[in-house]
Amino acid sequence: MIEIENVRKSFGPLEVLKGINLTVPKGEVLTIIGGSGSGKSTLLTCINGLEPIDSGRITVDGTEVHARGTDLNKLRRKLGIVFQQWNAFPHLTVLENVMLAPRKVLGLGKAEAEAIAVKQLTHVGLGEKLNVYPTRLSGGQQQRMAIARALAMSPDYMLFDEVTSALDPQLVGEVLDTLRMLASEGMTMICVTHEMKFAREVSDRVAFFSKGVMAEIGAPQQIFENPQHPETAAFVKLTQA
Amino acid sequence: MFETALTTKDLIFLAQGAGMTLVVTAIAVVLGTILGIIFGIFRFQVGPWWAAPLTFLLDVFRSIPLLIQLVLANAFLGMVLKLKLSGFSVACGVLTLYTAAYCAEIVRGAVGAVPPTTRRAARSLGMTWTQDMAYIVLPLATRVALPSWIGLALGVMKDSALVYIVQVTELLKSTQILITRLQEPLLLLLICGAFYFVISFPIARFGGYLEKRWSND
Repeated sequence: MIEIENVRKSFGPLEVLKGINLTVPKGEVLTIIGGSGSGKSTLLTCINGLEPIDSGRITVDGTEVHARGTDLNKLRRKLGIVFQQWNAFPHLTVLENVMLAPRKVLGLGKAEAEAIAVKQLTHVGLGEKLNVYPTRLSGGQQQRMAIARALAMSPDYMLFDEVTSALDPQLVGEVLDTLRMLASEGMTMICVTHEMKFAREVSDRVAFFSKGVMAEIGAPQQIFENPQHPETAAFVKLTQA
Repeated sequence: MFETALTTKDLIFLAQGAGMTLVVTAIAVVLGTILGIIFGIFRFQVGPWWAAPLTFLLDVFRSIPLLIQLVLANAFLGMVLKLKLSGFSVACGVLTLYTAAYCAEIVRGAVGAVPPTTRRAARSLGMTWTQDMAYIVLPLATRVALPSWIGLALGVMKDSALVYIVQVTELLKSTQILITRLQEPLLLLLICGAFYFVISFPIARFGGYLEKRWSND
């Protein structure tokens, strides 16, 4: 379970998170929608400790992320994250990209790490591309590789930070299909996204962020058909126009 | 007894000079590169303010001509510190620091060229700073740094001709000794140049080979 309690975070004079409270139980698919600069992506990087927070508390399965003495490297094994930019390691083949962390971080043997990597790459549909370098892949394929790379650590939670925003429109579908597949397998996911149709389809709950505040959270039907907050209504209307 | 024609012995003498050039260069490039990597990463990691004293020192080594550095270092170590160091040690020491100063700049630039987002991805997989450095940053930085580093190594090899000033008989000094005796400067300098070329060419080609191999094509 991920528990976010009254989290505040500023970049200089700009407060990007103004007291966020949110609990994500195991098995839930939560999508976060909202305009640019609403703090959605920042929240994800705070959850896995890439960004410090100014006040409040985030706990993952009882471990406080930003407490002194928390072993972030260990905690991050539980929290897979995939970014807007897929960030392939360009000097390694697709297989090596996925094998690296299981080998070095989990200390698995070569054969074991390779078996996991092959399994995850096949799972995301890249079984044919094991030995090519990432530069030879399309954006959608690189993004799926990044997903496989995160999955290879067998995380308990997956965080997706606008994973389709940097893709050509015709490549968005294949990545969203991969996310749908994960959701159907019961993975706990927090997806920051601009894909409204996707959010409506796969989410257990949808949260709407506006100017650093979580304005509304609820079932997809509520957010998209019967929004309670005027800003949610305006945003939904705008994105569906 | 006093030959005025080029003999096999003279060629061997030149080859020994070339050997000395190679040894001095190898020591300076290997140690200088190790130091350069440490200094370069340090400068990148701590930022310009904390690295300022080191940066200043390295700038000194980069801006004073090597010949002057050698003479000053020799005089300082010998006359002020009263150390009995061989010319060879002084030559290797100065050339090492000279190499390190340039190498640090190359390393700093190359490490800075690795996208922060790539490093972030590595850290988010649970890799430590050291693992990120070892498996992501250094391999990528090496590719960026290689052409400049090859240039540096070749430059140091040629600059090592200046260590004759601290009584190290390397290739150029050997040539000059022969010129004095044989009075054939053009021929001897041609041979000397050929020796330098024979040493440099494989290094340059090896660099080209690595560059091609690492281009992932």
